[in-house]
Amino acid sequence: MSLSAEDLHWAPGGVPILRGVTLRLPGRGVLGLVGPNGSGKSSLLRLMAGLRRGTGGAVLLDGQPMARMRRRDVARRLALVEQDAATASALSVREVVALGRPPRRGAWAPWSAADEAAVAAALARAGMQGRGDQPWATLSGGECQRVQIARALAQEPRELLLDEPTNHLDIRHQLELLRLLPHLGARVVVALHDLNQAAAFCDEIAVMQDGRLVAQGRPAQVLDAGLIRDVFGVEARIERSGAGLRIAFF
Amino acid sequence: MSLAAAMRRLPAGGLSLGLAPVLGAAAAILAVALAAALMLGDVRVGAADVAATLGNRLLGLSLPVDPIREGIIWHYRASRAVVAMACGAALAVCGVVLQALLRNPLAEPYLLGISAGASAGAVSVIVLAAGAGLLGVPAGALAGAALAFALVGLLAFGAGGGTERIILAGVAGSQLFNAATAFIVASSADAEQTRGILFWMLGSLGGVRWPDAALAVPVALAGLGLCLWRARALDAFAFGEDAAAALGVEVVRLRAGLLALTAVLTAAVVSLIGAVGFVGLVIPHAMRFLVGPSHGRLIPAAALAGAVFLTGADVLSRLVLPGQVLPVGVVTALFGAPAFALILWRSRGRR
Repeated sequence: MSLSAEDLHWAPGGVPILRGVTLRLPGRGVLGLVGPNGSGKSSLLRLMAGLRRGTGGAVLLDGQPMARMRRRDVARRLALVEQDAATASALSVREVVALGRPPRRGAWAPWSAADEAAVAAALARAGMQGRGDQPWATLSGGECQRVQIARALAQEPRELLLDEPTNHLDIRHQLELLRLLPHLGARVVVALHDLNQAAAFCDEIAVMQDGRLVAQGRPAQVLDAGLIRDVFGVEARIERSGAGLRIAFF
Repeated sequence: MSLAAAMRRLPAGGLSLGLAPVLGAAAAILAVALAAALMLGDVRVGAADVAATLGNRLLGLSLPVDPIREGIIWHYRASRAVVAMACGAALAVCGVVLQALLRNPLAEPYLLGISAGASAGAVSVIVLAAGAGLLGVPAGALAGAALAFALVGLLAFGAGGGTERIILAGVAGSQLFNAATAFIVASSADAEQTRGILFWMLGSLGGVRWPDAALAVPVALAGLGLCLWRARALDAFAFGEDAAAALGVEVVRLRAGLLALTAVLTAAVVSLIGAVGFVGLVIPHAMRFLVGPSHGRLIPAAALAGAVFLTGADVLSRLVLPGQVLPVGVVTALFGAPAFALILWRSRGRR
């Protein structure tokens, strides 16, 4: 059992954003969440992280409604990396990553060797080892994302939710980040815009349209010209080669 | 290992000293400030008199000392210094907490109008319900502070939130509540018996005696303890409320609890020494520069430095104009207003 959304509705201020989404995470690997702007990807991730309460349906963690769990217990299970994290505090990279530890420590517990090891391991996994002393404010966009991912890993989550982590990154940093995803030691849900990247780096893809989940499955099963036309409103040709596939748009 | 590790996690942009040297230095400076507070004033007394007085009062000795001097040192200056330390610490901790929760570098009780609200509440109780009892004035101050919080919050978020709007709402709140305070004091029949308009708007430690310390010290210590307990949750606010929630912080409950705590601390301070400004602004920024943004270090450092600052400001206020009482808020503002300008200036490049 894992994380799932069950007939999840969300209509803040009466405006429907999510209209009955049922999403279950695969047993392992990376689940890509794709869909046009405004289809509800970010909202779904925020609700599944428990930041907002749905207006209908439920988010379940190991079959238990998340709404009834303590936030601290949720933060020990799953971590969220939002878009464009920003702070005015003069924090170092290590201090940002250390923000992921409190869910695993008591309020008075001193900083322990286990905490230090978790921070170091998280930095290494995110490809930022040896950068702990660098000020957060001096990082590039791609490095900021990596540090946020390291912070999330420091929570030692079993599920990791990433909201468009490739935003604003150049292509090399996009690819580097996507290649990290299977090696983070957690089930990953990642919202992505680039369908080719989603097809190449995700074990499963979930497609959202207008607040609904319209398809979920392996990329080769889900992505076809008809679905892309219906959901994204563009013509595409799918080129299959072995297990992989490439989408050409016109 | 853990302390060494904690010290290695130091930020850029400040001197990034460890907590221990800063606390040690602050404690030493606090001792000096305390000695100055006991010795300096209209009547100067020597270190021997101070030592004898403290020995008699605290250790039960019977050292020879002029009873008038002992009375001045113990009943006037010692109580005044203790209340100044407690109030300075409380105001500085309020500033740290408000700046973290509101993610606003200019947040502090005075600029947000909370102190003015507390003043108005205290004055209302004094004038409208004379003899309301020992807890009447602090309770009135608390009601006023809560009202100011509600008003400024409504105004700021009704206007769309954001750093500038909170401060603008605070300006509106300050003006309104200060006007109310001035009106009530000026129109009350026994204005001479109530403390003056200046006291409530600028603050003064002149009337402080030991019974006041019995309110100030426990409130300040309890506030400090509670904030230290939630220090890591405050750290989690660095990337905003949603990030804090994702890190396991019960944001709504924590914010409500800590905002209520700052209201209580501010109300207690204002009911004792009036609305003293800028302690909550200057001290958190100075300490953030010295020990970094981590609240486990920032809160104790700010508490100590706040205690030093207000004690020192009080000593200065006694010395600047011989024979006259300068409101302590004038001294804190002389340091605070330039600091405010500096912070405003530095924040211009950020957006």
